[in-house]
Amino acid sequence: MLQKRLTALLILLVGAGIAWFVYSSEVSGARPFKLGLDLSGGTQLVYRADLKAIAATDVADSMASLRDTIERRVNMFGVSEPIVQTEHGGTLAGTSEERLIVELPGVTDTQKAIALIGQTPVLEFRLLRGETPPGEISSTTVNQLFEPAAITGKDLASAQLQFNQSAGGIPNEPVVVLKFNSEGARMFAALTRDNVGRYFGIFLDGVPISVPVIRESIPDGTAVISGGFTAEGAKELARNLNYGALPVPIELISTQTVSATLGGEAVQDGILAALWGVIAVAIFMVLWYRLPGLLATCALMLYVLVVLALFLVIPVTLTAAGIAAFILSVGMAVDANILIFERTREELQGGKSAKEAIHDGFARAWPSIRDSNISSMITAVILFWFGTSLIKGFALVFGLGVLVSMLTAITVSRTFLMALGLEAKHGFTRLLFGSGTHL
Amino acid sequence: MFIIRHRNVFFALTGILVLASLVSLAVFGLKFGTDFTGGTLVEIRYDGTRPDAAPLTETLNDAGFKNYSLRESGDNGYTLRTQSLTDAERGMLSAVFSYQGGTAFVDQLTEVGPTIGVELRNKALIALALVLLCILLFIAFAFRKVSQPISSWIYGLIALITLVHDVIIPVGFFAALGFLTGAHVDTLFVTAILTVLGFSIHDTIVVFDRVRENLRVNHDHNRKEDFADVAGRSLGQTFVRSINTSLTVLFTLLVLYFIGPASTRDFALTLLVGITAGTYSSIFLATPLLVTTERWLKNRKK
Repeated sequence: MLQKRLTALLILLVGAGIAWFVYSSEVSGARPFKLGLDLSGGTQLVYRADLKAIAATDVADSMASLRDTIERRVNMFGVSEPIVQTEHGGTLAGTSEERLIVELPGVTDTQKAIALIGQTPVLEFRLLRGETPPGEISSTTVNQLFEPAAITGKDLASAQLQFNQSAGGIPNEPVVVLKFNSEGARMFAALTRDNVGRYFGIFLDGVPISVPVIRESIPDGTAVISGGFTAEGAKELARNLNYGALPVPIELISTQTVSATLGGEAVQDGILAALWGVIAVAIFMVLWYRLPGLLATCALMLYVLVVLALFLVIPVTLTAAGIAAFILSVGMAVDANILIFERTREELQGGKSAKEAIHDGFARAWPSIRDSNISSMITAVILFWFGTSLIKGFALVFGLGVLVSMLTAITVSRTFLMALGLEAKHGFTRLLFGSGTHL
Repeated sequence: MFIIRHRNVFFALTGILVLASLVSLAVFGLKFGTDFTGGTLVEIRYDGTRPDAAPLTETLNDAGFKNYSLRESGDNGYTLRTQSLTDAERGMLSAVFSYQGGTAFVDQLTEVGPTIGVELRNKALIALALVLLCILLFIAFAFRKVSQPISSWIYGLIALITLVHDVIIPVGFFAALGFLTGAHVDTLFVTAILTVLGFSIHDTIVVFDRVRENLRVNHDHNRKEDFADVAGRSLGQTFVRSINTSLTVLFTLLVLYFIGPASTRDFALTLLVGITAGTYSSIFLATPLLVTTERWLKNRKK
């Protein structure tokens, strides 16, 4: 008995600990709940990669470099926590295609998102503020180290691969020659005239390609980038500057945008519904099953806390469907308790003592509990496989809920019931253990 | 047990419900959403007054939108379903919808390419088949122990019949819902149906398990009891828990329907109908069918 009571106390303490963990991670913002695009607002774009020109052995490499390129571009635009991933798909539609999935939280203008992905690389020119060229340039230090020059990639007319013939550099080194349009040529001439001796940075998508010194004024509107290229590298850069920087062409096949307003409303409604769902189930359990119902409600609270903590730890990306699954799972979590209590009541009516009845009630209800959870798990696993990200969110939460609720409903409520150590000999205790209209 | 005694009344009621669902399905048909057909779904919300549909249709036509359907949604919004949008069409959405002093916002925009639509449709069908197959295996496993006077496979067959019932009712309901509110079959609907399948089969198995447990106890104690009485007694013993386990789920679903996110409202409603049908069938259809089958087999033997 003492042992049972200690276990019950331990469970309460653990519950309090989990509650504190969930509360503090959300309030401090150190580890908030991860929200899917339909809750946070944002855009998902799915592209099909055109791999006709790529040999089968190079597909994986091309897709990886495509992902890197897009990721760099997305990061440069300051989108927080973007997801860029590749996926092999289409098998079930009778074709086979490589896809690129881009998720942009907070970008709620589809057009803007598409433009962001689809544009040609950004070529920038910047002047070094100091005297000595820095050893390392990161995206955070670039603005401290460099000041933007008036001339930009828009003023570029063409880029071309050449081999260095001039006296200054390494003979036959591959270089990229930039030719500016007339407006650009004038600006470039002025820039080079006024800044002789300064370092001049050439950036592509925010990444420095070369940082040469301006030796003299260049009036004819051509600049040479000699960044220690291989012939292949220089050719690629020239092509990227001319045609856009993607290693393979991509075509937009699906978009999904949810406004921040809609997402915010869904979160609010979802939280409210979850709260009222728990309250409704708790009221029913206490009214119908009385004392055991109250203990089942404690187990339900613990279930809610454990699941919320798991959402944070795993972490589970919550979607509207995931919240629905959570609310549904609250209703199902007490199933095991109902099975047990009904069985316990039968055993009590059969004339057993409370202790025996509880014990037998748990033992006899177990096969039913197991079976009901198996059939729900079957659905959860298949749904997870079926899943688009929306349904995966549902399946994961649903499956998690089924497993955790089985644990909390059985172990927690049994420990609590045993710890109370009631004997159902007297009318009052019988009343406490009764249910519904039975006295 | 009144359910067993008046089982023909319940068979008739079940028949009417199933027939109504089938008629609803035949008359209204299911409308498949952009998830499965490919195309575009736009949710527009207004800041200010929502303009009337008729002039809006003209504006859409003038702007070159084709093959679309427009429906009012919520208090101050519209739902537009159409083919794939061009870049220009996508760009002018909110401008085209802003009309009569109402400023339109694109609340949600979903475009699904044809390949992805076909892929998702096939995936949904495979998932449905897989769930049915797994549940079938599960039933076969649950009823593997042969018992008298009815062999295992008949329990399994009846469980399967109730399962078919549990799917037909929400599907028929959804067809009517589609007619009334423009609800379309999407991945969430498929999810709801699969969840109903997983949840409902279990209630039926519990009653049947109790029938067999009582039969075994009778056999062990050499007690003679009419099969209808055993079935009725078993049903009486499991009746409350069947209803209560469903009730708690229905409570949460009602909450989800009334105050939950708008995007899961149809989903909650489908589950509500499906789980109600599942509970109904496990109480009012499964065991009565078992009794009728037993009677029929006994009469045939004579």
